[in-house]
Amino acid sequence: MNLKSTLENYSFVLPAVIIFSIFYIIPFIWVFQLGLFDWDGILPTKAFVGLNNFKEIIFQDKSWWQAMTNAGWVTLIALTFQNALAFLLALACDREIKMKNFYRVIFFIPPVLSEIVVGMAWRFIINDVDGANIINRMLVNIGLPQLVHSWLNDPKTALTTVALVHSWKGFGWGFLILLAGLQTIPRELYEAARVDGASAWNSFKSITIPLMIPVITLVAILTILGTMQAFVLIIGLVGGEFAGHTSMPVLRILASMRYSSRFGYACAQGITFGVVLVVISFIQYRISQKAKQA
Amino acid sequence: MRFYPKNFKLFLTILSVGFFIFSFAGCSSQNSCQLKPSVNVWHWMTDRQPAFEELAKRYEQDFGVKVNFELYAPSDAYSQKVRAAAQGTNLPDIFGILGEKRDFGSFIKAGHILDLTAYMDAEQGKWRNSLFEKALAVNEFPEGNIYGVKSGVYGVPIDIMTIQMVYNKDLFRQLGLDPQNPPQTFEEFLSIGKKIKGSNLQGLVSGWGEVWMIDCFANNYAFNIMGKDKVLATIKGDSPYTDPDWIRVLGLFKQMQGGGILANGLVTMVNKTAEQLFANGKAVFAFNGSWCVNVYKGMNPKLDYGVMMPPKASDKFPMAIWGGAGSSFIVNARSKNKEEAVKFLQWLTEKDQQTYLSQTTNNLPANKECLVQIPQILSEFAKNMEFATHPNIWGVSEFPAVIETLDKGIQSIIIGEKTPEQVASEVQKIKDRELAKNKKK
Amino acid sequence: MNTTLYYKSKNIALNVLIHLLLISVAVTCLYPLLWMVSSSLKTSETIFQDISLIPKQFHFSNYYFAVIKGDFGRYFLNSLFYTFSVVVGIIVISSLAAYAFSRFSFPGKNIMFYMFMAAMMIPIPGSFVALYVLLNKLHLRNTPIGYILCMVNVGLSTSIFLLKTFFDKMPKELEDAARIDGCSKFGIWWHVALPLSRPVLAVVVVFNALNVWNEYILALIIFDNKKYMPLQVALQTFQGEFVTNYPLLMAGLTVTALPIIVLYLLMQKYIIKGVTQGALVG
Repeated sequence: MNLKSTLENYSFVLPAVIIFSIFYIIPFIWVFQLGLFDWDGILPTKAFVGLNNFKEIIFQDKSWWQAMTNAGWVTLIALTFQNALAFLLALACDREIKMKNFYRVIFFIPPVLSEIVVGMAWRFIINDVDGANIINRMLVNIGLPQLVHSWLNDPKTALTTVALVHSWKGFGWGFLILLAGLQTIPRELYEAARVDGASAWNSFKSITIPLMIPVITLVAILTILGTMQAFVLIIGLVGGEFAGHTSMPVLRILASMRYSSRFGYACAQGITFGVVLVVISFIQYRISQKAKQA
Repeated sequence: MRFYPKNFKLFLTILSVGFFIFSFAGCSSQNSCQLKPSVNVWHWMTDRQPAFEELAKRYEQDFGVKVNFELYAPSDAYSQKVRAAAQGTNLPDIFGILGEKRDFGSFIKAGHILDLTAYMDAEQGKWRNSLFEKALAVNEFPEGNIYGVKSGVYGVPIDIMTIQMVYNKDLFRQLGLDPQNPPQTFEEFLSIGKKIKGSNLQGLVSGWGEVWMIDCFANNYAFNIMGKDKVLATIKGDSPYTDPDWIRVLGLFKQMQGGGILANGLVTMVNKTAEQLFANGKAVFAFNGSWCVNVYKGMNPKLDYGVMMPPKASDKFPMAIWGGAGSSFIVNARSKNKEEAVKFLQWLTEKDQQTYLSQTTNNLPANKECLVQIPQILSEFAKNMEFATHPNIWGVSEFPAVIETLDKGIQSIIIGEKTPEQVASEVQKIKDRELAKNKKK
Repeated sequence: MNTTLYYKSKNIALNVLIHLLLISVAVTCLYPLLWMVSSSLKTSETIFQDISLIPKQFHFSNYYFAVIKGDFGRYFLNSLFYTFSVVVGIIVISSLAAYAFSRFSFPGKNIMFYMFMAAMMIPIPGSFVALYVLLNKLHLRNTPIGYILCMVNVGLSTSIFLLKTFFDKMPKELEDAARIDGCSKFGIWWHVALPLSRPVLAVVVVFNALNVWNEYILALIIFDNKKYMPLQVALQTFQGEFVTNYPLLMAGLTVTALPIIVLYLLMQKYIIKGVTQGALVG
């Protein structure tokens, strides 16, 4: 490779790398090494504690792992319910149907609303004490009074309710990206398949799915990253960690920073969190690579 | 098929460059404009900004010094901004610290806070004596304190507050209770729960989704049941949380839950939700601080309510409530306008200004000499100030991990998932762990 | 547009089911928005007592207060400026990088790409403090440039990821044709890759615009001067410490949500126009 060509190649990535190095790498290193200290965020002195913070997180911090499990549950619901819904709606809107534009706009309203508004609005809709209790009223109206429940106030259902609201807010993104992906599949492929006598389901199986695998993976990875980091919504819906039932990792990190004034510990939690996310995403990426080869 | 026409890109570039130049020019001229002495104040009190600005105008008229009140809300974001600025030593002349005494101490040790003791004691303690002792105590570090801070006064309260219970007089009448006689004992309080159970009203509301409010309530009853000394001994580690007295305190929550005196979903409420429920007349009781007067007035000016001490569970020791300084300001030790800042704070806590603040923002004044027409309901909050205490004046601090376990445990008791004994032993376990960690240091 | 029809469903039941699904989801999407708007038209007292969707009295004064008293005009322009600058910056920088990662090979390419990917997954808690100290040292704190650069960085990783995924899928024929015609690498990027990637670019635009528009905590920490503050920070003053003026807050939130909805309306055309037009010429 000649020098000029290589330099040209580098110049493409240069702006990104420069900004990234300054605004991500440097803070990252600062935070990373802070995980090895015991610091309250204010004093000019810090105490070096080595890996003790990490040891505490992994072996002693029960509330941390509860938060991770909760985040896992919410993410699971997002991956299944939210993305299935997004895919169905994208398929529906991909066809020539009336009011396609209208739906496209409407479905993107939830992501546009800020999390604070979403939390407040849904609490109002669901809550039977300080809200309008609309869900329960609807259940009674359609003849299912036995399903009436205190969705947000019952510790057993609170987390799932939060997960569903989060899915409501998030499906618009998956919908958008999946639709963009569906739109790039050449129509001729479907025409050809139809001419060959393939059924709709067969077309779907052998044309749509294989071509959409990278997009589906993309949406899955983005979903996981977005959902694991949710927290503003939780405060709006259930006021906080609800005795641990709705703990989330970011809430725990914020608690370490603010209530316990343990900045170093919070950084260690953040690193642990990041490592878990990287591992999950990596596994997902490998799965999708294998699926592509199949 | 162009993406953007070439001209458009050029136009964008020129526009962007223009903006940048404009903004750079703007920011440099800002710095050269500081010839007159001025005092910058950072605060988080949204509802007081208009009052503050009015006072700043008056101060400039009388003394020729410009005071800038900058509001950064909500209070969580304010806290982060102050901490970030502390890292970069860019703190303003006057600001406030939201947080525990320990953090306050850290700020002092980091050299951010001016020692105000000399100013307080000048002229035979003129400034010090004009303010309520309890309010000042929250900002004071006594001799030999455990935070390692040189003794003295480091902040100034600009108002005082207490946290008590309020009750809805209309709903009392509705339930057949005497609005002039709120329940005095815990048993009376619980018995009202039976009446509430049948109706579609809620009992006690409070922001118990936020753990510190639970802590306050539990602590009040701890003082009532076992007395201040034993509570402090527990915090010091000399007495265990598994002591029967503590189990009795925790048991109170279980009793309240069983008696139906607590609102549904209490554990998922933030304080604003609780305020909304009480202001709408949906809840009979609320546990809140004196700042709520302004809130309720805004939400429902016709609300007919009264103030009461939390009904005592024991006669052995007096009931305690939390109170003291409401909001306090401190002076930046590195500020170039230290003297002006102190002078302004002295002026702000003088009688006339305190009266003005109290009237416009419905908060209790910090100045003792205020002969002010405060609303009836506010004076009821002030009445019980003699019983007020505050964690920041005890001289000992509990480990945050222990507080969190205790409060989360109480939440679990309220939702019926754990027993008081379970919670007590969990809390003690964490306490032992933290004590062991501390010994290693 | 008739070529986009790929199969007609003669099954009426299926059609009805599909429409039912679409409508019911649309309703759940609309309701909170309507609630927000209707709350903004009530007063502080009635907002909690009157829970119906149509307020008994319409108080448009809330919008007047929000915009005038809250000095929304200036903050609105600030937000527009930041959003615009950041989005333009990200589109240029991330598409250049994503194109290089997808089409070129150079030493260190994989490492760099994985670094960006890792950054997407490892959030930095307390990054605000770190960025504050960093900007301070660079003398960029309390400047629009500092804020814009920080926000560009925030969106870089995800944007690069989105664009690279797309570029990987893009057929190479057009680029080869352009190269044979003597186009430089930059030329190919500008004339071929960017136009073809319109659908994904539209997603990148909306994604980043949303992030910047809704951001407030970094702005609050970095800026000391009110004249630089974006809209979201001004909104927070309505969410008072002790007194929450809900209707004003709702009015403010409605005003804030509108530009993003408008932006989306503009962008969604590009997502749909699709790649098929023009790509099969020649």
